[in-house]
Amino acid sequence: MKAFTYERPGSAAEAAAAAVRTPGAKFIAGGTNLLDLMKLQIETPTHLVDVNNIGLDRIEPTDQGGLRIGALVRNTDLAADPRIRRDYGVLSRAIVSGASGQLRNKATTAGNLLQRTRCPYFYDTDMPCNKRAPGSGCAAIGGLNANHAILGASEACIATHPSDMAVAMRALDANVETVAPSGASRSIPIADLHRLPGKTPHVETMLEPGELIAAVTLPKPRGGVQLYRKVRERASYAFATVSVALIAKIEEGRVTVDRLAFGGLAHKPWRVEQAERAVAGSDAAADSIADIVLAGARPAEQNAYKLPLVRRTLSATLEHAREGASR
Amino acid sequence: MASVHMETNGREQPTTRAAASSPTLAGEEIRGTSTPKQEANRHSVQLRVNGQLHAVDLDPRTTLLDALREHLHLTGSKKGCDQGQCGACTVLVNGRRINSCLTLAVMHEGDAITTVEGLGTPDRMHPMQAAFVDHDGFQCGYCTPGQICSAVAVLDEISAGIPSHVTVDLAAPIALSETEIRERMSGNICRCAAYPNIIEAIRTVAGGRP
Ligand SMILES: Cc1cc2nc3c(=O)[nH]c(=O)nc-3n(C[C@H](O)[C@H](O)[C@H](O)COP(=O)(O)OP(=O)(O)OC[C@H]3O[C@@H](n4cnc5c(N)ncnc54)[C@H](O)[C@@H]3O)c2cc1C
Ligand code: SF4
Ligand code: FES
Ligand code: FES
Repeated sequence: MKAFTYERPGSAAEAAAAAVRTPGAKFIAGGTNLLDLMKLQIETPTHLVDVNNIGLDRIEPTDQGGLRIGALVRNTDLAADPRIRRDYGVLSRAIVSGASGQLRNKATTAGNLLQRTRCPYFYDTDMPCNKRAPGSGCAAIGGLNANHAILGASEACIATHPSDMAVAMRALDANVETVAPSGASRSIPIADLHRLPGKTPHVETMLEPGELIAAVTLPKPRGGVQLYRKVRERASYAFATVSVALIAKIEEGRVTVDRLAFGGLAHKPWRVEQAERAVAGSDAAADSIADIVLAGARPAEQNAYKLPLVRRTLSATLEHAREGASR
Repeated sequence: MASVHMETNGREQPTTRAAASSPTLAGEEIRGTSTPKQEANRHSVQLRVNGQLHAVDLDPRTTLLDALREHLHLTGSKKGCDQGQCGACTVLVNGRRINSCLTLAVMHEGDAITTVEGLGTPDRMHPMQAAFVDHDGFQCGYCTPGQICSAVAVLDEISAGIPSHVTVDLAAPIALSETEIRERMSGNICRCAAYPNIIEAIRTVAGGRP
């Protein structure tokens, strides 16, 4: 690990200001992603701004009838919150499908959204990787790319975003509230937070330097059956190859899709509103939805299996909803 | 690979913000590892471990695991992977289990830290430690301190109603089933595959609970 200096400010505004005062500074929250990357010298911050003392660790109701989740709320506490379990089940389920109990106890709402890809070449500092070393090339293209993106990728990078939580938040139309070093705050729709790789895969979000995530807000509950189905190489403690977040309405045995988002397919949580609109009100058929979602898909050499897997996973999720089961 | 795709998969309108394209600092070495300034970069931290306060002087890079093992000589907690993947370093912080390899000691000033040594001693074992002995919940024993710390926390998490990936009904109280225990223990890997006996040990302690 490269050396760094450390400070622990007492407020969000101080933290954001501290992050631009020292060039090369980074925030640290749970540390479960950042420290892993620092040990490998993939991340080399010169200064750490520990945000664990700035508050923002509560879930509070908003005036709009939704919830405001503080950036420092731990993944475990978010998944276990009675309001989340009752009204936003897809979020609870997505979170508990990820990582392990120990990691979820540490991982925070903001840190989870900003976790970096699990592309093996990003982790291997001996290999070219445009995300880690801009301009060095992409070892995954033509290399081992079974777990890479089939949608929204570029010639520079075909990595996926690994978060499960973010996929549920995308389905729920969450907003990300931030505080800039100047003290200004803004609200970013989760759809816009993460960027596609394009020519600059090292620029992963639209956050400005020093911009601190203060909270994530959820609109008022949508109701319906809320499911998260995750396919992975083993039954627990593994990242998704494909995952589906579904909010559906059940009427007289018919399943109508309200919201649908996918994980494991792209550089960001993937949602195709056009597919939701196309099947609105009709009994959902996995294949017609998948046809729209996968229309622009371009698999790499080893991940074409994700095309049928999306169909099957979606079909299984809809079937589950049809059974009226709660998961 | 195909050409650069134009879709954004954002909201359906294109975003107005221009793409920032300057490279990050990643990869640049701002400071070497042995400059004088560096030597001075130490932090005095008070760690409360197993009920005892310890004042330690640390490089901020020191993980909680290394502080426990190398500075406080509490070698019960083990380093298996140092990457959050194996659970051998599991300790309890303010009653909750975490991987001590993926956190910095300087971030834990004032926290109540419990390691396997703090749960019980060979003469006065914690019920979970005793159950691991009774059920042969280990072979080489390397993963065991982490398994035991994790297991103690798992039973508390179930009592507290924290859901897991195998919880069917998010609204109902959580069953103390084998499926629940297995899923919740998946962050603790046992290279010797003592899993069946680990589960038995945990179930025995769980069964003795009110
Ligand atoms: C073995 C293993 C398995 C895992 N499996 C899964 C899985 O299956 N599914 C899944 O979704 N995740 C998984 N994870 C990833 C885990 O969810 C993340 O490591 C965690 O959510 C990161 O949160 P954190 O608070 O620890 O972030 P940190 O490591 O503290 O920070 C991550 C990034 O966010 C930035 N940051 C943190 N807080 C803020 C803030 N408030 N404002 C602005 N920037 C901020 C940091 O600067 C850093 O760049 C796994 C991790 C491990 C180690
Ligand atoms: S896919 Fe992206 S992260 Fe992986 S090697 Fe290529 S540029 Fe790097
Ligand atoms: S040593 Fe910490 S999880 Fe393996
Ligand atoms: S007993 Fe040997 S690793 Fe678990």
